[in-house]
Amino acid sequence: MADGSGILVIGEMADGQPASTTLEALAAGLALLDSLPGESLAVVLAADATATAAQAAIAHGASTVYTIEDASLADPAPEAIVAAAEEAVRQASPRIVLGAKTLLGRDVMPRLAFRLRTALAQDCTAVAIDNAKRLLATRPVYGGNAVAIVACTSPIAVAALRAKSIDAREPDATRTGSVVPLTVDVQAAVRVRSIARVEQAADGIRLEDARVVVSGGRGLGGPEAFDQLDALAGLLGGAVGASRAACDAGWVPSSYQVGLTGKTVTPELYIAIGISGASQHMAGCSNSRNIVAINKDAGANIFKDARFGVTGDWQKVLPAFMEQLQELLG
Amino acid sequence: MTLKIVVTAKQVIDPETPLSAFGIESGAVKVPANQAPVVNGFDEQAIEAALRLKEASGDAHIAVVSVGSGFALDVIKKPLAMGADDLILIDDPAFGNTIDPTVTVAALAAAVEKIGDVDIVLAGRQASDWDNAQVPIGLAETLGWPVATVAKQVDIDGSTVRIERVLPDGHEVVEADLPAVVTVSNELGTARYPNMRGIMAARRVQPTVWTAVDLGLDVAGTQPAFELISLARPESAAQIEMIEGDDDDDAGRKLALRLRDERII
Repeated sequence: MADGSGILVIGEMADGQPASTTLEALAAGLALLDSLPGESLAVVLAADATATAAQAAIAHGASTVYTIEDASLADPAPEAIVAAAEEAVRQASPRIVLGAKTLLGRDVMPRLAFRLRTALAQDCTAVAIDNAKRLLATRPVYGGNAVAIVACTSPIAVAALRAKSIDAREPDATRTGSVVPLTVDVQAAVRVRSIARVEQAADGIRLEDARVVVSGGRGLGGPEAFDQLDALAGLLGGAVGASRAACDAGWVPSSYQVGLTGKTVTPELYIAIGISGASQHMAGCSNSRNIVAINKDAGANIFKDARFGVTGDWQKVLPAFMEQLQELLG
Repeated sequence: MTLKIVVTAKQVIDPETPLSAFGIESGAVKVPANQAPVVNGFDEQAIEAALRLKEASGDAHIAVVSVGSGFALDVIKKPLAMGADDLILIDDPAFGNTIDPTVTVAALAAAVEKIGDVDIVLAGRQASDWDNAQVPIGLAETLGWPVATVAKQVDIDGSTVRIERVLPDGHEVVEADLPAVVTVSNELGTARYPNMRGIMAARRVQPTVWTAVDLGLDVAGTQPAFELISLARPESAAQIEMIEGDDDDDAGRKLALRLRDERII
């Protein structure tokens, strides 16, 4: 392992194609290759079917695609992906392994890192190569109050990228690459058995996809206030989110939670009402294009990250804002 | 058979520390002495999950294990006041370095082996300092155990643990055979507050202290995974424009007009 070369991306699938986070990791890998002359980029895709996705991965920069096909991988268990990834690492012997901090990646990447006798550079917003060809990982820590840069010092570096930190590249259909099927008994690796999945009926637009997100926090004082947030989101064709405090208080379901341990949203417009802006929350919304904050506390942290702010009582500001908005929107 | 539960807990800087009190000096975070550290919030919820398991089983033993150096005893004893049976501090200057999870994992794995016959390790989903969310998973990998993450409900039936794990839009029920590692999320519910009897009892208990040597760990000989290059404040984000009005209603109306000017709505 000490003489590893190249980069291996641990791929993830969405609707038969490489997930957006996998395309982002491929883009990050291509950028790193600029500092690693002569080395190459590979990806491992483990799914029920991989043919179409493998071609897409090549168009996005992979020169080798390792594929593992198994019917059970239509809805993969983390341990199955770890087993598939471990075999791909054995084949590729890379110096760098890149994945993403997704729902699946959260379970896969740390386990893979420890299996490879190292630890994971978690939640990276940028990666680079230093003069000694070590991976440099930039990562927000202390809930975003500080930024650390660490050099990975093991023979193999493993990093998980934060979603939407790096732009995917446009596919280039003229790129060529090879597809290498691998055989791995992925089902034998699974010891955590999935018994049932219970979906919470989400009505309207998905929070992660919404162009406008209206979020409420502790400052709203109770669950009733969310009726008004619903109405505002309706006016703007958006979705409603909440801070962890509002979710923990039981005012809205936990699926509304925006933040480090909830959802990450990047809408055009994020309206934060009665949210203090704890770093925990900002980690989930700070990449929004425009943050508007309404808070009665002029010293609230949220105003540090917002583009527009109103200091005032939301119960007065919000109805007037909505009335004016209705007029403007006709 | 007594159910043997280990809960991992970390002493961290209070995440509610105001930004103004949060300083960075020579690669380390510094807060004023009057800003007391806390037990990582998710770890308190792991202790709560352990206490619920103990109540359900009737015969369980909870050992809380913490790896670090420079413990504030009155803080790290909180799990005892909540109802845990034992507190084991793996206290060694070698563990003051939070940036390398491999060292923490090695220490916890050695502690679990030394305690012996552990059925389940419960841990917070992540710590509020570096939010790595990987020590419990690395621990499971090192011990060769399964791990189920972000639980909001944990139940044990014989030799099986069943958890409800939080998904972005619902939850998943998963099962694994014991021994296993389970990480706990805030959706489990607020951890109980210690009562006066618990606080008094905790005062009389002295934690067990183990060093790297006690655990047979060769910290100096361990290959580190990371070297810290820099730790700095993030670049400040947007310049805010405050919308002022004659009163709150007026400010609300002006906000809508301003957003329209900028073609945001």
